[in-house]
Order: sequence, then structure tokens, then C-alpha cells
Amino acid sequence: MKILEKKKIAKDLTKFLISSPLIAQKALPGQFIMLMVNEVGERIPLTIAASDKDKGTISIIFQEVGYTTKLLGTLGVGDSLYSLVGPLGRATEIKNYGKVIVLGGGVGIAEILPVLRALKGAGCDITTILGGRTKELVILVDQVKELTNQLIITTNDGSLGEEGLVTAPLGRLIKESQDYGLVFCVGPVPMMKAVSDLTRSHKIKTTVCLNSIMVDGTGMCGCCRVTIGKENKFTCVDGPDFDGHLVDFDELMNRQRIFNEHEKHALCKLDEQIKKDKENTN
Amino acid sequence: MPKPSPKQVPMPTQDPKERVKNFLEVPHGYTIAQAQEEAVRCIQCKNPPCVEGCPVDINIPGFIDFIAKGDFKASIRKMKETNALPAVCGRVCPQEDQCQKVCVVAKMGESVGIGKLEAFIADWEAKSGEIELPEIKPSSGKKVAVVGGGPAGLAASGQLAKFGHKVKIFEALHKMGGVLSYGIPEFRLPNDIVDREVNYIKSLGVEIQTSFVVGKIKTIDELLSEYDAVFIGTGAGLPWFMNIEGENYNGVYTANEYLTRVNLMKAYTFPNHITPVTKGKRVAIIGAGNTAMDAVRTAIRMGAKVASIVYRRSLKEVPARLEEIHHARQEGVDFKLLTLPIKYHADSQGWLKEMECLKMELGEPDASGRRRPVPIEGSNFRIPVDVVVIAIGNNPNPLIAESTPDIKVGKKGNIIIDEATGKTNKKSVFAGGDIASGADTVVSAMRAGKIAARGIDEYLRTGLW
Repeated sequence: MKILEKKKIAKDLTKFLISSPLIAQKALPGQFIMLMVNEVGERIPLTIAASDKDKGTISIIFQEVGYTTKLLGTLGVGDSLYSLVGPLGRATEIKNYGKVIVLGGGVGIAEILPVLRALKGAGCDITTILGGRTKELVILVDQVKELTNQLIITTNDGSLGEEGLVTAPLGRLIKESQDYGLVFCVGPVPMMKAVSDLTRSHKIKTTVCLNSIMVDGTGMCGCCRVTIGKENKFTCVDGPDFDGHLVDFDELMNRQRIFNEHEKHALCKLDEQIKKDKENTN
Repeated sequence: MPKPSPKQVPMPTQDPKERVKNFLEVPHGYTIAQAQEEAVRCIQCKNPPCVEGCPVDINIPGFIDFIAKGDFKASIRKMKETNALPAVCGRVCPQEDQCQKVCVVAKMGESVGIGKLEAFIADWEAKSGEIELPEIKPSSGKKVAVVGGGPAGLAASGQLAKFGHKVKIFEALHKMGGVLSYGIPEFRLPNDIVDREVNYIKSLGVEIQTSFVVGKIKTIDELLSEYDAVFIGTGAGLPWFMNIEGENYNGVYTANEYLTRVNLMKAYTFPNHITPVTKGKRVAIIGAGNTAMDAVRTAIRMGAKVASIVYRRSLKEVPARLEEIHHARQEGVDFKLLTLPIKYHADSQGWLKEMECLKMELGEPDASGRRRPVPIEGSNFRIPVDVVVIAIGNNPNPLIAESTPDIKVGKKGNIIIDEATGKTNKKSVFAGGDIASGADTVVSAMRAGKIAARGIDEYLRTGLW
């Protein structure tokens, strides 16, 4: 549970290399861990970005946006997490799908890395589309480049690659050819929804990786439930990957807002705490 | 012998007006004088029916007699001969359906307050600071893995340790106790008391590994390569839904989620503990079992103006313990009986606003012997709500069965066992508690854990399956 390396990947985006020999032994692409920063903390899920069986390590990449991720960002090399449990969830289904398109948006780019590695290993012909609001938010480009046959980048402001959203190049690609065996997408919910809407009429298998709110992460509480087709599924044990054409994204977006007010309150508390800590060290 | 008083020594409790503002335990517990006064009410039956009524075979007249005589050390020793978790049992067992139901004194008035005396003697020992360890048999050299740190796993571990086996408990959450920690609220079972009981089990030499999800990080087969036997006590943690429209609106919780947030993660102290929970003003709990009572009393403490139990049958059929119903009533819980939710309504942002219900009437008795509730056509009405907690039950946790394809499970995903030994169909693997029986009481899980411990001991000593 000890943090062995800490790296700032971009503004507000941090990577930890964590010692966890047991999780490293079993982690598969698409699986996640749950962690607590301290005894009074909450349990949050994070995708396992990479794992190394021999070294007994796993990597997580997180965006410092909420209370817990910001607090996590204050930890440094040598610090230990209060709790760490995993690998949880079902692994992404990996096989040679032939031609595939993998899309990553924002911190979702970190989450597609293990899947890219596995798909490449299975012999897929991969086109990757990365998207971000602006060039600083398009992360890990060099690592993605190594794992993909073709790379397309889009930014909302045109500061890197094409100006616009990932759906523009995706639309072009599937208009030219429909023989893609898989479209795999991780990113903000509106992006996954737009991608799924686009591929639906072409009947291209589309897998999205959902980031529901969780408490236990082992199928006990049902907080992460999501409507898939007509069924109620738990993201933690039935997912996190689901058929994008069946996900009720609007419901998911609502459910992700449940604790927005609490989050604001918690962030105020954190800012005060950080200010106090600074005053004390001065 | 003088005739015993027909009434139990009343338990001093927190005033309902005060306790709805805190999460402290409701009963204060007997003083020594009160406990002794109650203990002499026991008439020391030669063939005590209460012991027959106890799922974990406590020598009830024995431990009570020592309280009466003032030898508290001897009393707790007697207790722990058969029950390693008396502070828990004394608080959460449904004594009125077990030991106290068959108490001979009850024929002349109220039964002996066995549960209250059990909690008293457990707390007396904790306060004394001297926890006596029981006799532990010499090491057998055998190792047992216990999967799940709840009542079944704790009871099995305590017993196995006493038999001289090396035990390690694997718990999925970051904290031990299972439902005792995440489910039962602090005002009924303080977390400190759970910690105390867990520490006792540790003191018997049991090792504990938290944050370890068997089925994910290691399979049962992998555990079997390191251990001589495995006990599965992973409980009934898969929540049921009614599958009605709107159950995924914001504000609709399962009891597991609501209680886990408040108890395990201490959302009632937010933002001191950072896990949030929605503080509803108008809260409805669906169901009327003990979990529903826990949830509704939690909602009141979280500041609800109206907290209701919504139940499709009548008061007579309410499955919760009488004491829980009594406490809930005292705290102002509203009972909406013969009421069936059929649909939830939300605002445009997906936030729960109203619950649509049907009025019910009781028809002919059904398979359970209770009169079947029948909807009254056209009786639809709406109740304003901002939080709903679904507390209608749980299925056994599916993680182990999914990752152990050769273990035999029933229709509801319950692991099938031989009731007398806890044996599953898989060699060296035992199970017990809610994972085998489906959702039941804490003490029945403990009983199953103890039975399996005996089964495991015999298997390890003889090698016979």
C-alpha cells in the first residue's frame, strides 16, 4: 500500500506507483481498486492503469477534481494508503477483434492504456482517438502512440490535433468502413453517450467503461446500479464495462450528481485544512 | 425460595427526545445492583428450557447464578465456554423468540431478562480491563482460512482457535465485523463493542486480513493450496429491489447502502468523516424487518421530519422484534401499514419527489401462514418523499459461487451445506450463516459458524470427509 513513485502527468493529473504484490498478481485490464486515503476518508474506485507481477506494483492515475482525489494528491513517495482493495470488477473482454477503435477522453485516457496493451497483444488493428478540452488535458500521448496503429487527437479549442470532439473523426472512420470488430470508449459520460449513439445505427459492438459512485465495490450496497437495457446492473460486479448501446446514460449522469452539494462542502473543508497546514509549516 | 418478582428490573434508557439527536446506545445497561436484582429472578431450573432455546447453547442458569452470587469472573467464564461474542448477542439477539420465550418464570409474568444480563456481564468484563482467555488446546499444526469477518466467521474462528487450529480471517471490507459493522447502527450496537469482540477473537491467536476479496484476489482453490480447510461465511449481501419504476432515482437507497454509509463510513459525522449521505426531510423505509427499523431510526437521527415505515401487511405481521418496534414508536416513527409502493416520481433532474402507493387489504392466508395482502384497485395515492430506503431483504453474496464453479448452490445462490457439519459438496470446504441459509439473525449465523467449526475440527483430526 506504499507509494513508490509519484509523477505529475499534467495539471491536476497525478500518477502513483503503489506496492501491492497480491493485486499485481491478479489485475487484468479493465479492473479497478478501491482505496481510502485515511481513516475518516471515503472509499473511491480507480482503474488500475498498469500492473507489474514481477515487481509487485500497480499504477493508478487520477485527476485531482474532488475532495478525495485532491487529498490523495497530497500524499507523496513513502506514504501509505489507509486501505486498498482489488482487483475488482470484471476484466475487459480481450480477443482479436480485427479492426478496433479505442477512444479516451480526459482522465479516461489513462484508463484505456491497459486495454490498448491487451488488445495490441491480441493482435488487433487499433485506431485510437484521444480527446480533451485543450492540449494539456490530452495526456499520455507518447505511451498511447506506441500501442496503436493510428492515432487521432481532438481538442475543443484546436490547440492540439483537430478542433472539435472525438465523434467527428469517429464518424468519418465508420462512414468509410463498418468492419470494426469493437469500439471501446472511456471518458466523461456525455462523450460515451455520443460515441454509443453514433455507432448504434452502424451496429458496431461498443463497450464503455462506467465510473459510477461506489461504496463497497463488491456488490453489496447497490449505489453503482445502472440500467442496462431493461435490467438493473451493478457497475462494481457486473461491470465496469457494459454494452454502450444499452446503457441509460441520462440516469447515470443524474446519479453521478447525487453528492455534488456534499462535495462542495467537503472541498471548502479541504481548502481550509490545506491553508491551516501551510500556516503551521510557515 | 421467595417467589420471583413478576416484572423484569427495568432497563434504564436514554430519553426518546434526547436519543433521536444522537447515535449513542439507547439502553444504558444494568448497574451491578440492578443486574443482581434481576439475576435472582432466575429460579435455576433443573432442566432449563432456556438453554434449549439458545442457538449457541449458553449455560444460562449457570452464568446468571454467578451474577446473583456476585462472582462476575466466574459468570463470564461460564458464558464464554460456549459464546465468544456475548456483548453482541446480549444486544441484538431476538431473546423474546428464543431463550426468554421458553423461560419458566415467564409463566408467572415477565421472563428473566437474559439478554440484558448477558450484555451486563460482557460489559462488566470489558470495564474490569482483565479479559480472561479460555483454555486453548495444543496446536494441531492445521491451518484454516475463514472467508468473511461477520458473525459466522467470528464464531467459527473463535471456536477453531480454541480447538488448537491456526486461523486466518479474510474480510473484504477495510473493517471487521460484517453486518455488525456496516449494518447494525451504533445506537443498537456501538462499533466499539464490535471492535472489542474482534480483539477478543484476535487474542485467541486468530490472524486477520482486511481488504481481501476472496474470489477476486484469491480463489477458494488457491486458499486450499495453503490451508487445510476453508470456512465460507460471506453473508447475504446482495440487496433486493422491487423492480418498480423509478427505483434508480436520486434519493432511493438500498438499506445496505444507507446503513453502510451511516454506520461503517460514519456519514452521520459528515464532514468529519467524509462519506456523504442524503439527509432526507421526508424519508420512507420500504419493509418492516429489523433492518427497516434500523434504517428508519437512523433517518430520524439524521434529521428527518417525517420518517415512515411502509409495509404492505398489517402491524400483526411486522417481522421486526417487538423491542425495535417499541423503540421506533417512542422515537416518532410513522407506520404506513397495508401500503404498497408501486412507482416513484422525480423532478426533471432525477431527484425523488413522491412515492405512488396502493392501499392493501388482507385476504386469505398464504404459504407463510400470514394473511395475503391484496391491492385495493384504484386506491392509488401519493406520499411526498425525498429519501426512500429499500429494506426488503438480501440474497447470498454471489462472489464466491461465481469464482468457485464446482461448489453447489441453491436457486437463490445459497451455498448448500450439510446442516450437521457445515460441509459443502467441495472437499475441505465448509460454509455457514446467511451465505447458506439466506438472510437470518446474527445468532443463527454464529450458531452455524460454531457447528462448522466442530465439523472442521473433526475433519482435520480424522482426515475423513
